[in-house]
Amino acid sequence: MSVRSPLARVLGSGSAKDGTDHWWMQRVSAVALAFLGVWFLAEMLRLADFGHATVHAWVAAPMNALLLSLLAVALAYHSSLGVQVVIEDYVHGPFTKVVSLLLNRYAHIVVGAAAVFAVLRTAFGTA
Amino acid sequence: MKQSGRPLSPHLSIYRWPITMVLSILHRVTGIGLSLGLLAFTGWLMAVSSGEGYYGTLADLFDSFVGRLLLVGWTAAFFLHFANGIRHLVWDAGRGFEPSQANASGWSVVGLTIVLTLAFWWLL
Repeated sequence: MSVRSPLARVLGSGSAKDGTDHWWMQRVSAVALAFLGVWFLAEMLRLADFGHATVHAWVAAPMNALLLSLLAVALAYHSSLGVQVVIEDYVHGPFTKVVSLLLNRYAHIVVGAAAVFAVLRTAFGTA
Repeated sequence: MKQSGRPLSPHLSIYRWPITMVLSILHRVTGIGLSLGLLAFTGWLMAVSSGEGYYGTLADLFDSFVGRLLLVGWTAAFFLHFANGIRHLVWDAGRGFEPSQANASGWSVVGLTIVLTLAFWWLL
């Protein structure tokens, strides 16, 4: 039974959101990124040079391609959650806010998908 | 809202800036910066998959002064967000809330960021 007054319910006052999931997933993706991020930077230090051939060969190696894909997904997800909070804090007005939140989510999905697609293309494509 | 002329919260013009407050806003600012960096990261991966021509163009972009500045900025932002992020995880575990601890860990984050950024670029 809700303790909200009928007027409060109609007006949508008070917290209407479930924030626990967001909080937890932000931590889950953060820990994943801590490992994947360090791995990526370490690998960049180990690369002999940043010429196309070297980088292409490195990305195409199976383990690197897998970890890069995971990194891209974790980055996109963590970033999406973070920007969401920023939008919720500073963007007001029901329509603007909803549109901003939608665009944020979609943009991150596109970026994540593009990154994974690029990695797969490099790994499975011909040269 | 009628302007009363009195200082408005958070009173930045008259208040001392605690390290905890500075790191809190820097965590958010570096987060946004890194989200933009994600675009560059994805662009880099797309360039790698698209062949020498595209990759060469992107490489030239990042070899420029502004490009290098951005890369250094992104690594610095990563190290700060990373170190402060771990500080947050320690708080989530319920520890380190005493003001002396929060300040100490805060300054450690600053030191760690500088050291890691310098070390990374020196080693690269």
